[in-house]
Amino acid sequence: MVTLLFFASLRESLGLSREQVPLPAGTATVASLVEALRSRGEGWSEAFAPGKPWRVAVNQRMADHATPVKPGDEVAFFPPVTGG
Amino acid sequence: MAHVRVQAEDFDVGRELDALTRGRRDVGALASFVGLVRDANDGHAIQGMTLEHYPGMTESALEDICAQAHARWELLDTLVIHRVGPLVPGDRIVLVGVAGAHRGEAFEACEFIMDYLKTRAPFWKKEDTPGGGRWVDARESDDAAAQRWKG
Repeated sequence: MVTLLFFASLRESLGLSREQVPLPAGTATVASLVEALRSRGEGWSEAFAPGKPWRVAVNQRMADHATPVKPGDEVAFFPPVTGG
Repeated sequence: MAHVRVQAEDFDVGRELDALTRGRRDVGALASFVGLVRDANDGHAIQGMTLEHYPGMTESALEDICAQAHARWELLDTLVIHRVGPLVPGDRIVLVGVAGAHRGEAFEACEFIMDYLKTRAPFWKKEDTPGGGRWVDARESDDAAAQRWKG
C-alpha cells in the first residue's frame, strides 16, 4: 500500500485529500503511479493530463516522474507552490 | 542555527527579531522581511485568503532552505515564521530574519530565503474575491527570482 495525498486546487478538483491504495502490479515509479491514476476516469485524466503543472513529493521530499515508489511510501500531489 | 515555525496565529515582529539576537555580542547586522496580504491582485479585489500547507513537509522544506542559506553565507542565525489558515488584507503572512556579522550576507541571505520559500516551500493561497474563491497561480517572475541564485 502507498498513501496518496492531494493538496490545494488538485484536492478540490479530485474531491479527495488522502487515500491508501495498493501499488498496481509493476508500479515502481511516480510515472507509473500517475498512469494508473489517469486511468481512473475523466476527472483524473484531466487533473493529470500531460502539460498540467502538477508537482509531486515522495516521503515529503520533492520528486519527479522517475522517482521510485515502494510500499509504505507517502506520495503527495499538488500544484506549483504560492506561499510567501 | 535556524528557527522555523508554521502557525495560524499572528506574530510580533519586534519580539521575534529581538529574540534572534538576545544575549549575543557577535551580531552586527539583522536583516528582515515581512510579507503582508494585499487588498488586490492581478487587477481584482481581495477580501481575504486562506493559506494551505503540507504539515511536516512544509517545516522540513523551510529548514532545508535555511540550511542552504547557512551553507552559502557566514550567518549567525535565521528565523522563518509563516502563517496558515484564513487571513485578511493587512495581515502579516511571513517573517524572515537573518542575523550575521555584516549586512552584506544578511541582506542577501534574507532575499535568498524568500525567493526559495516562494518557489519551493509547499504553501498554496486561495483568494476570496467578489467573484468567488480563486487559487493563486504560480508566477514566472518568482521562478526567475529563485533562478538567479543558481549561478
